[in-house]
Amino acid sequence: MSNTKTCVVIGASHAGVNFAFALRKEGWQGNIVLFDKDETIPYHRPPLSKKYLELEDSIQNNLLKPIESYEKDNITLSLGKVVSKIDKEAKTIELNDGTIQSYDVLVLATGARAFVPPIQGIQQAKNVFTLRNATDVANIRKAFHASEQKKIVVIGGGYIGLETAASLKKLGANVTVLEREERILARVTTPYLSTFFTKIHTDYGVHICVNKGVTEIKTNGNKNTVICADGSSYEADVIIIGVGIKVNTELASEVGIVINNGIEVDPTAKTSEEGVYAIGDCTYHYNKLYNAFVRLESVQNAVDQAKVAAANICGKPTVYNALPWFWSDQYDIKLQIVGLSQGFDNSVVRFEDENKFSIWYFKGDRLLAVDSINNAKSYVFGTKYIKANAILDKEKLANAESDLKTIVVN
Amino acid sequence: MAKITFITSDNEKVTLEGASGSVMQLAVNNGVSGIDGDCGGVCSCATCHVFVAEKDLEKVGDASEIETDMLELADEANEFSRLCCQIEISEAIDGIELTVAK
Ligand SMILES: Cc1cc2nc3c(=O)[nH]c(=O)nc-3n(C[C@H](O)[C@H](O)[C@H](O)COP(=O)(O)OP(=O)(O)OC[C@H]3O[C@@H](n4cnc5c(N)ncnc54)[C@H](O)[C@@H]3O)c2cc1C
Ligand code: FES
Repeated sequence: MSNTKTCVVIGASHAGVNFAFALRKEGWQGNIVLFDKDETIPYHRPPLSKKYLELEDSIQNNLLKPIESYEKDNITLSLGKVVSKIDKEAKTIELNDGTIQSYDVLVLATGARAFVPPIQGIQQAKNVFTLRNATDVANIRKAFHASEQKKIVVIGGGYIGLETAASLKKLGANVTVLEREERILARVTTPYLSTFFTKIHTDYGVHICVNKGVTEIKTNGNKNTVICADGSSYEADVIIIGVGIKVNTELASEVGIVINNGIEVDPTAKTSEEGVYAIGDCTYHYNKLYNAFVRLESVQNAVDQAKVAAANICGKPTVYNALPWFWSDQYDIKLQIVGLSQGFDNSVVRFEDENKFSIWYFKGDRLLAVDSINNAKSYVFGTKYIKANAILDKEKLANAESDLKTIVVN
Repeated sequence: MAKITFITSDNEKVTLEGASGSVMQLAVNNGVSGIDGDCGGVCSCATCHVFVAEKDLEKVGDASEIETDMLELADEANEFSRLCCQIEISEAIDGIELTVAK
């Protein structure tokens, strides 16, 4: 018994849960203990702002794994527990109820939390919610149903803000999105797509307002007034904050683990501390394909890094070199992204129709990324061509009549 | 109710019964190995790839355009391939047999 090793995982979401099952699959014989402060059996996060919100679905239909699978693989799921401290010398972690748990290997899968900007009056405002976990959605639903006028203001026009706007619109809300930048999705995509999504939302009746830096929220009874720097104001029964995340790095930084825009990990998912790994949204890592350090917020990254960490811990040297991919669903629009477009210097639009097209991003002749709208074919070929480092005939590519199979030059 | 049989890569045969939802959800909820369902069933990840038994092709019906395109991501895809998050459970598919990819 005494030589049974224990792997402790902090965070039981996409990264932590996939890691635990991957570790067992790779042959780990010891204990696996997963801690999460969330009390709900681990679930998929992407639907929270999409189908789950819109269809008022139950979390039971969105579990990452059924509870029996944890039992079957002998993974201890310890929910509703906040890890408050790591002691790297003693190789223990401490919960905020004082419980001590020792580990041989520690995995940080602490992800991120929603960032709440310091807007004047936000603490006193009524029905203000972020959207990161199932409890947030439960609170949003409750406030939404209780409100008479169903006036919703979404602060922040990123993916989560826009998906939430679309879902609530479908539920019959009156939705306004306030974006500080001059276009929505400014941080994550190019003007072409921003214009496209502005049109889609406007067509569905969502008010998209840009250049709206929110400075104050005034609250009178149950009514909020959201006030912007330009003096404009918007009434709101419910306010959704979607202005980005803050990475949960505190546990690691307190014990001197190197932090750099996230918990820094090497290509094997190991942190600066021997025996401590980090995976998922909380990591700042090297992407070999793009020769760049990145922090990604995606299911793909959480799952793939989890597998890499599991293999390395079980003595199978593996490096992370996945091609990033991402999706977003709004109304009947499916956006699929493959690759990282940062640093592109030219792009090609392949236009099939108004609601079906793709944008191909290049640096010189090198294909970096593809954004596709209702166009899985472009997404799939983009994936193949990025992986193959293929040189493409851009003229052919731009012509939607040409077969994507025939556009390779080299 | 529909009975669905999965044949996993370790040649294990599991028969499950479902009333509604997607075949992927049924498989994940019962821990069928090889069906991950990473995207939660929105046809974005291709980790729910199965091969439909020839006798059942008609019962299951055709894949949509997006599903057909996404299947091209899987190297081993063929004319029997489906992403099972896109197969809805109903009486109509009772008795089908699916082989889990890889
Ligand atoms: C609304 C929404 C929509 C999204 N849509 C998409 C999408 O369409 N496609 C896509 O690819 N990605 C999407 N994402 C992003 C995706 O969900 C994340 O990339 C993914 O959840 C990252 O997983 P993770 O395990 O690294 O971190 P998280 O999911 O953030 O999980 C971290 C976990 O750690 C726990 N934790 C942290 N600190 C402690 C502590 N001290 N003690 C105990 N527990 C702790 C937290 O409670 C949390 O459960 C979406 C995210 C949200 C919120
Ligand atoms: S579950 Fe992702 S494609 Fe089927």
